[in-house]
Order: sequence, then C-alpha cells, then structure tokens
Amino acid sequence: MKIKTLLLGAVACAALAPAAFAERGKDGNVSIIYWQAPSILNPFLSGGTKDIEASSLVLEPLARYDDKGEMVPFLAEEVPTIANGGVSEDLTTITWKIKPGLLWSDGTPVTSADVKFTAEYCMHPEGGCAQLSFFDGVQTIDTPDDLTVKVTFNQPKPNPYGPFVGGQSPIIQKAQFENCLGSKAPECTQQNFNPVGTGPFKVVEFKPNDVITLEANTNYRDPDKPAFATVTFKGGGDATGAARAVFETGEFDYAWNLQLAPDVIAKMEAGGKGKAITGFGPLVERIEVNLTDPSPSLDADTRSTRKAPHPFLSDIRVRQALSMAIDRELLVEVGYGQAGKPTCDLVPVPDNYAAKNDFCFKQDIEGANKLLDEAGWVKGADGVRAKDGVRLSILYQTSTNAVRQDFQALIKDWWTEIGVETELRNVSASVFFGGDPGSPDTFQKFYADVEMYANTFNGTDPQQYLAAYRCGQEPKPESQWQGENINRFCDPAYDALIDELARTGDIAKRGEIAIKMNNMLTKDSHTIIGLVHRGRVSGQSNTLGGHVLNVWDSELWDAANWFRKQGS
Amino acid sequence: MTDSAPQPTPKRIAALSDPIPTQPPRSQWLDVWDQFKQHRGALIGGITFLVIILAVLVGPAVWWVDAQYLPKGREFINLRDTRPIYVALWDNAAKVDWAHPLGTDNLGRDTLARMMSGGRVSIAVGLTAMLLSILLGTLIGVVAGYFRRMDGVLMRLTDLFLALPLLPLILVASLLFRETLSAIFGVEGGVFVLVVSLIGITSWMHTARIVRGDVLALKEREFILAAQSIGTKPKYLVIRHLLPNVMSPIMVSATLGIAVAIITESALSFLGFGFPPDFPTWGRLLNDSVDRMDLYPERVLWPGLAISLTVLSVNYLGDGLRDALDPRIRGR
Amino acid sequence: MLTFTIRRLVLSVPTLLFISLVIFLLLELAPGDPMAQVPLTVPPDVKEKMRQALGLGEPIHIRYVKWLIQFFWIEPQVLFDHIFGTSFADGKLRVISWQTRSPVMDLVVQRLPQTLWVVGVAYVLAVIIAIPVGIYSAYKQYSIFDQFGTFITMIGFSVPPFFTGPLMVVIFAVNLHWFPSIYDTTLVVDDLESLGKQIRQMFLPVMVLALQITAQISRFMRASMLDNFNQDYVRTARAKGMSEYTVVMVHVLRNSLIPVVTVIALGIPSIFGGAIITEQVFAVNGIGQALISAIQANDLPMVQTLTFIFAVLIVVFNLIADVLYGVLDPRVRYD
Repeated sequence: MKIKTLLLGAVACAALAPAAFAERGKDGNVSIIYWQAPSILNPFLSGGTKDIEASSLVLEPLARYDDKGEMVPFLAEEVPTIANGGVSEDLTTITWKIKPGLLWSDGTPVTSADVKFTAEYCMHPEGGCAQLSFFDGVQTIDTPDDLTVKVTFNQPKPNPYGPFVGGQSPIIQKAQFENCLGSKAPECTQQNFNPVGTGPFKVVEFKPNDVITLEANTNYRDPDKPAFATVTFKGGGDATGAARAVFETGEFDYAWNLQLAPDVIAKMEAGGKGKAITGFGPLVERIEVNLTDPSPSLDADTRSTRKAPHPFLSDIRVRQALSMAIDRELLVEVGYGQAGKPTCDLVPVPDNYAAKNDFCFKQDIEGANKLLDEAGWVKGADGVRAKDGVRLSILYQTSTNAVRQDFQALIKDWWTEIGVETELRNVSASVFFGGDPGSPDTFQKFYADVEMYANTFNGTDPQQYLAAYRCGQEPKPESQWQGENINRFCDPAYDALIDELARTGDIAKRGEIAIKMNNMLTKDSHTIIGLVHRGRVSGQSNTLGGHVLNVWDSELWDAANWFRKQGS
Repeated sequence: MTDSAPQPTPKRIAALSDPIPTQPPRSQWLDVWDQFKQHRGALIGGITFLVIILAVLVGPAVWWVDAQYLPKGREFINLRDTRPIYVALWDNAAKVDWAHPLGTDNLGRDTLARMMSGGRVSIAVGLTAMLLSILLGTLIGVVAGYFRRMDGVLMRLTDLFLALPLLPLILVASLLFRETLSAIFGVEGGVFVLVVSLIGITSWMHTARIVRGDVLALKEREFILAAQSIGTKPKYLVIRHLLPNVMSPIMVSATLGIAVAIITESALSFLGFGFPPDFPTWGRLLNDSVDRMDLYPERVLWPGLAISLTVLSVNYLGDGLRDALDPRIRGR
Repeated sequence: MLTFTIRRLVLSVPTLLFISLVIFLLLELAPGDPMAQVPLTVPPDVKEKMRQALGLGEPIHIRYVKWLIQFFWIEPQVLFDHIFGTSFADGKLRVISWQTRSPVMDLVVQRLPQTLWVVGVAYVLAVIIAIPVGIYSAYKQYSIFDQFGTFITMIGFSVPPFFTGPLMVVIFAVNLHWFPSIYDTTLVVDDLESLGKQIRQMFLPVMVLALQITAQISRFMRASMLDNFNQDYVRTARAKGMSEYTVVMVHVLRNSLIPVVTVIALGIPSIFGGAIITEQVFAVNGIGQALISAIQANDLPMVQTLTFIFAVLIVVFNLIADVLYGVLDPRVRYD
C-alpha cells in the first residue's frame, strides 16, 4: 500500500510536469465561479458543499481522496495502513505522521497539537459541528511527539479514515481557534472568515455569500507552487450564468457543478472558450418507494408510518412493474447526456462495492403490463388498474429542478401505459430537503407514494450509507420525522447484514456484504428504483491547466497545481 | 262669477322653451359604446383580446393534439426538438414537421397545444387575480382616503402587507390551506383558488395607496363639496363622484396587474406552490425555455409574445373604456 | 403639517413593533429548516446538534425578545462605537446570521454599495426617463410617439427580468462582447478607468431594471396627465393666454403628480430591498440576493432583520408621500 501510495503521488506530480519549471505566482490571477456562494470558510460550522470546497483552498486534511477514490497523503507523510503498521491489527487505533517542516500561512510550524485541537473543536458538545460523524467512535487522541498523532477508537473501526481525511475534516490552527470552542464558535467571525491554513492560498478578503479574494501562500510547502498569484472566487448567480461565463464569454476559468441539460451545455461549449469536464462519484438519482400509506385520510400519527402499510406499493409486483416501465437510457439522454449512466443500483461505485446490476436497463412495458395482470390488477374503463377497489393512483413528488420535472413527465407517461395514474408535484428544494417537522412537503415525511432525489456517500466506503435502511430508523412522529430510512424498509435479514458489515475488516468480504445489501434494496425488493448514476459536470477554461476533476473530495483539491497554459 | 276674458296666449320665448328632441332618447351606455367604437386602439385591442380568448378556449377543440402527449419509443427521438415550420424558409436542414406547426419541446410535446392550454390557465389566473387585487385595492384605497377615521388603520395594514416577505407568506398559506382547498375544489381547482388568492392578497397595496392618494386630493374639490352639501349619501358619493375620477390610475394598475399575475403564477409553480409541473402555463413555458433561447428562440418568443399581446390588448381596451366613460371626452 | 409628521412618526413606532412581530411569527410558522442546504450525507443526529447550536431549542417568545434587544439596543451601540470609537457594545451578542455566523448588519453594510449602484441608478434613471415620456405621451395622446411608447413600455413590463436578463447577456455579453455578464463586487472605483469598468458592468442589469420601472411610472404619469388635461382649469389657463409650457409643466403637471409620487415612494424602499431576479442573473450579490439566499437557507435572523429594515423604509417613505400630497395640493388636509 505504501509503495502504491508513493507511486500515485509520483504520478500525480508527473501530471504537473509542465508547471514544474514554474515559479510561484507567475501566472497572475485565476477566477473561479460557484453559483452557490460560500457563506463561511470554516467547514466544521457548515455542512454545505460550497463552503467545504471554498475552504479547501486554504485548509488541508492529513490525507485526501484523489480522482480515482484512492487516498493520497497531504499533510501526512504517508497513509497509515495495517501493512505499514499505522493501523493496529485490532483496528482500534490509527497513527498519523505529519510531514516535517510544514508551516501555517502565518509562518508558525504545524504540530500534532493542531490536529488534536481540531478534533476537540469538532467534538465539543456545544459546538454544533457539521462534520461530527467523521469523528464517530473517537475515544482519545494522543500526541506522543510534535509530529505524531494517535487516534484511538472505542471499538474496532474497519474504516479508520474518518477523522482528518477528506475535504470535510481538514486541520485548523490551534493558536487561531483556541478561544472559539463550543458555544463561542459562531462568535469567532474573524477566524471563521479568515482561517489560517496550510493550503496553497490564503484569504485576503472574504465577503460572505459573495466573493473571496485569495493570494498565494508564501509558506506553502512546495516553493514553486501555486502558479497563480491570486484567486478570485466568485459566488452567486445561477448555473446557466456560470456556464456562460466560462464557455461563452471567458470571464471565468472554472465553474463548479453545472446542473444543466446536456444540449444546453453542448451549445455553450460551442462558444469555444472552455470545455465541460465530467467525473463520476457515487451519486445516484433514484425513485424511493413509500412502503407505508401516505393517505391524507389517516391521522397524523399513522400517516406514512409503519403502522399503515401501503395499499398497493407493498405489493412487490407493482413496484417491479413501475421499475420495468422506465426507459433509463432515454432519461440519461434527456437529462444528463455524458454526465449520466443508467443504473439499477444504490451503490454504483467504487468497483469493490458495486453490484453492477443490469436487470433494469431494458424498458419492458409489455412485461410490466403482464406482471400486473398476473398480480390481479385489472385495467378499468379509465385505463387505470384496480384491485378490490384500490386504484393504482400515485402521487409522485420531487424537488424543483428542470431536469427532474422532465423526468417526472416522462415517467408519468410510461406509467400511464401500464395503467398507473400519476399525479406530479414539485416542491422547492429548501423545503423538500429541509427537515422541518411542521411541513408536509419534506422528503422525510414522505406524504407521497413515490419520490425522486439523488443521494451519495462521503469517501469510498458505503457502510454508513447502507446502514441508513435499518428497521426503526425511519422518520416517524416520535423522532420528529428525523431518520434516514426514507422508504420505511424493514427486514431483519438486512439489519443483520448491517451489523456484519460493521464488524468485517476484510475489504473483499466487505464488498460482498455491501453488494448483497444493495441487491436486497433494489433487485430483490424494488424498494429503491435506481434511475441514473449521475456524474459531476464542471466547466473549465481552455487556458487552465493542471486540473483533474475529483468527485471523491473537494473539486479544488489540486488548486496548487493549476497553471495558465502557454500561448494563451 | 263672470266669465273672464280668454287670456292671450303668451308669446313663446325661444330661450325658455325646451327644444324638441329630434332623435329618440338614447341610453348613456349607447353613447359610451359610440365613443368606444371611435377609439381605434380600443377596437383593435378588444378584437385581439377576443381572438386570444377564443384561441385558448376553442383552440384545443380544433387543434386536438394533447398538450401532455409524449411521443413513444423511437418516435421520441424523431419528434423532440422539432422547429416551427417557418424556420424551413431560411434553413433547409431544420427539423420541421407540419404536424407540429410551432415545433415541439425537448420532450416532444407540441408547442401549439401547450401554448393554447397554457393560455387558458394564464389568462384565467391573470384576470381573476388582477380583479381581486384591484377590487381589494380600490375598496381599501377609497375607504381610507374618504373616511378619515379608517385611514390610519387601513394604511398601517397596507404598510404591513408591503413589508411581509412574499416567499414565507406563500409557504405558510400553502401549508395551511392547500389540502383543505384541494378537498373542496379538487386538485387543480384548489391550486387555482390558492394561486389566485395568493396573488390577489399580495398585490393590492399599490392600487390602494394610489387610489387613496387621489381620493385625498379629490375629496377637497368643489364638486365633491357640492355633492356633500346637497346631502348625497357617502355611498353614492363614492360610486358616482369619486370612483369615476380615479378610474385612470385603476386602469393602469389593472393592466400592469395582469402581467404581474401571469409572471407571479409561473414563479409560484416554479417554487412548487402552483400547478403540477406538467401543467403548462405561459409563464412556465417562458421560464423553462430561457436556458435554450439561443438554440430555440421560438420557445421564448411565443409565450413572451402571448403575454405581451394580452397585456397590450387589455391596455388599449382600458384606454378606450376610460375615454368612453369620461363624459368630458364623450361630449366632444 | 409638522404636528402631523411628528404624530405619525411617533405612531409608527408601535406599528413597526407590530410589523416585526408579525414577520417573526410568519417566519416561525413557515416550514423550513436551516439545515436544508446541508448535504444528505450529514446524519440526522448531527443536524439536530447543529440546530441546537443555532439556538433553535429556545422557545419562540425568548428568541423574539432576544432579537428585539439585539436589533434595537445592541446594534445602535455598535453603530455609535463605530462612529465615535467608544466600546459600549464590546462583548455583546449582535444579530448573527445562521449561514455565515457573522453579524447581519455587517453584511448589510457590505451589500449596500452594489445594490445602490445598480438598483439605485436604475431607479433614478427610470424616473428621469419616465416622467418626460409620460408627460409628452399624454400631451400628444395617440401620436406616433405615444403609440410607440405604449408599445415599448407594455412589452417592457410584460416580459419578466428572468427572460430579459439572460437575453441581454446573450446579445451584449456573449455575442457582442461589449459588457461583462458577471458583476465584480471587488472593483474599487478610484479613477476614470475603474469608473468606466464600473459603468460597463452596471450597464446590463441597470437596463433590465430600468425598463420595468420606466414602464410602470410612465404609464401612471401619462394616465394622470390625461385626466387633468380635460379639466376646466386647463381651458381657463389657456384662455388666459398662458404659454403651453406653463400650462403643461406648471398647472397640469403639479396636479398630476399625486399618483406618481405614490408609486415612486412605494418604489424607493425596493431599491434597498434590491431586485432579486436581476441580481441573481448578473450575480450582483446585493441585498436582494442576500435576502433570497437567506430565505432559501432559512436563515431566520437574517430574513427577519432585512425584512424589518425594509418595513422601516416602507413606513418612512409612505409618510414622506403623505406629506408631499399636502405640498402638491394644499387642499389635502391633515388634522
């Protein structure tokens, strides 16, 4: 593993060869646009992707994931493994070695005390740290010397790379944040807006929700980097405007997450100033089936809870027919183009954990009709199937988003063909994904028969993601409608697998279990109807070099390597 | 008791005798109609408006393509993104189809059919919401302007409504009333009532302030004082004397109000508080096509034109109506 | 009139307090959650802890009173400190935004310049254009100028900025390369060159906004002028041999200004409120953008504060309009 890591590091460096002769700051200014504007540069106080990515220009973790999802050391000398002795045999401790000679941008040395402090900061009970789940199970953190950090977990951790790995849990400076623990965290505006970091750039001015001006960090560990002297990080506007500014007018060099229809992007790329780049993480657009009854006639304590099973979606044949009627390739073509692939799964990547099912790729309206006929659902005079007075009438909700509304229209049409009546509803994303227990429109409350959205997991390990479907973890009135088991899925065999996965350290064995779990939710029960494995599309100017799109970590992970191409 | 001499017939004084009408008496409304007919802009506006109404009402019966129909299978690829036929005039390679004279959208739905069924909703929402807002605004404006005791309360209420943030207000209203309204009026009916009342109750304030301002000045004019002095009841005073004199700002508010209502409806649907997403309206058609306006300009052109034409025709209609109702102009 | 103004100013204090309460309750009642933009990968129990850290656990009335104290007592102290260099507000908790964890008023101060530049200039420009256009259209009713003006203003008003904005970008920024499509808030205007840059980047958003505002004001101006042209006093004035200029610009105009003053007074607070869609299209990031992103992120202290400032402006400018009525038409009485 160690050699592999080193090799990877070497490859990563080789990719930057053209910039290698470069000196720091010779390429002037680079401008980045994020259509969601960063509000704060402290990723621990905000879970928002925009804030995490913006802060990754300044703050760095011990190790990151690269564009292939492999771990590469950043502030650490190497990634600890069992093989190199960094991770204990019983999986309860992990020991990180910090690179010697690292300096913060204010010139003071980086020590293990900073790392330890970072954990204290996030784990403070009153801090409301957004990245707390990365520190799950951390018992103690010891600092035997200035460059060594030993994390001890309270139980064996098959995946000990939670704390200090990836853009979500970077290292902050102890000296700066010392007085910002717990309830004082939000009051430290100066610190939260201008964190001192180890990254290639440091903040000059931060205008929240608007623009960040950064300049090259003179204490950055590589004396030749970064090639750019300053960064303008603009936020706000919309995805269309951001795409135009990179592809058509050339005002910006990099635009993040361009959620636009493929034909729109293709047209803009014809502007000739930039190109779209795509990467695939584990993000899956799916239809979640409600296994419980969302009928408004039920009282609030029963509606959409396991006390009332769904009148027809509890029939697996209905769910299977719904899935069979969908033409996923067409969905991809209409909504995502190059940035999407059809999928039937919940976990599409990485290879070790992906089931790679293809049972759903072929649309089969006839088969779906036959299946429903066999199941006793008979078409009525209005073309809608019914059995024992129960009509196959579905309320299908999702968040407001042009592509999702196109999907709704297409899927409604296909479902009409198999005798299923569909009513569509779209809900503003800030309500849909907000967990307000008072609102009837949240995805957790699920006052609809099916709903569509996309979800993913951090890093490369789907354990926590799959564990969400544990029986009893569903949103319900008693839990203030909080919970991750959106479908109200309940299977003791599945729960047993969750526990087994949490105990298993062997990577191949973990893959096997995860695939089995994925299939229980998709192929075997059609509780989750996978639609599209979505990629991330970003826009990059033709004159910008040195960037590799990374969907496993912050997109700006390699900003130190960026340079302006010659002759432009 | 003597018979008195027959009195000589007094000489008719021309100035004192009533002229004998040469024409049969005409109602005031006939005069109004005569004046209205002479107003060319109003006639054109009225006819255009009627044509638009006819097109959206009768159109779908003649052009029977379903606005929500999606082509199936291979046909889908063939039929999506069809250009309007007129594009063939200058671009031989363009994908056109006589079955879809205005082309299709990115899912292969017929644009003409969508324009027509979209127009029904947009015009219905635009007109009713505007009427509601004008009624509310005029009522509150007149009452506040004329009855001094009500002024403070009503204008502070107006300030409050002006200050309320629209989005949270919509969220709360839809949270409280959506399910009840759907239960009473059905899904689409419920949404219609909700959308119209939301737009109505969030847009009357401008009209109210403008009407009040005018009424404050008018009620000190001589003709109002004269009417008051002969004991005209406030109700008649308002209807016969005040309202006709504040008609023109009301008309302007009304025409602008239609445009605002049509656009606001699309914003509401976009946020998810309006009609279901597959339900076309002009505002939504326009909104959905903005990203592709350089590729398919017709998709923004038609809905944009439809909204503008409706507003323009109502504007001219209003102009003509105001001129016709104004006795000072009519007399000339 | 002075007593009237003073009385109204005093009365506006309870009005504003009431408005602030209504806004607060409305925001409380509205469904929404400050955690809406936190990715789904953050588990529910962590989100719950984050909510607690924001102070969402406290009862409503306590949070309302806290906001009142912060806004009416602590913020003025901060301002005082800022001006006189004192330190009354040191260590006191200000109104803190949930998104940025920084004082809301700092953000407002930061946002004001671009909003004033863009929306303010658009408003001034629109008023300067709209009033003469309205007067001339009415004076030459149904002339070609009037018909053309009607056509343009009505179309300008019926096509929404979410369409005209991108249209301007496509024409002027993408195809002609005349103007930038994204507004740069870091630009400091200190010489002629940077002023030129500023004008160039303001041009498109100002045009989009000014079109809408001009349409609205000129319509009211025209309608009101038309009403007055038919009055007897105009005939009298002409009969007395006054020049057309005096008749139109002195007599008719003054009597026609009441509705226009109302509309402008209603519009000025919206300058500070920003123009949400136009700001979004051009990434101007003024107060309108701050408000909409705060609403989307359910940043209640921010929404509450911005809406309240907006309410204050509405009350003040409506009061100014009421005073102006009396100036324009002395017959309007207040007692």
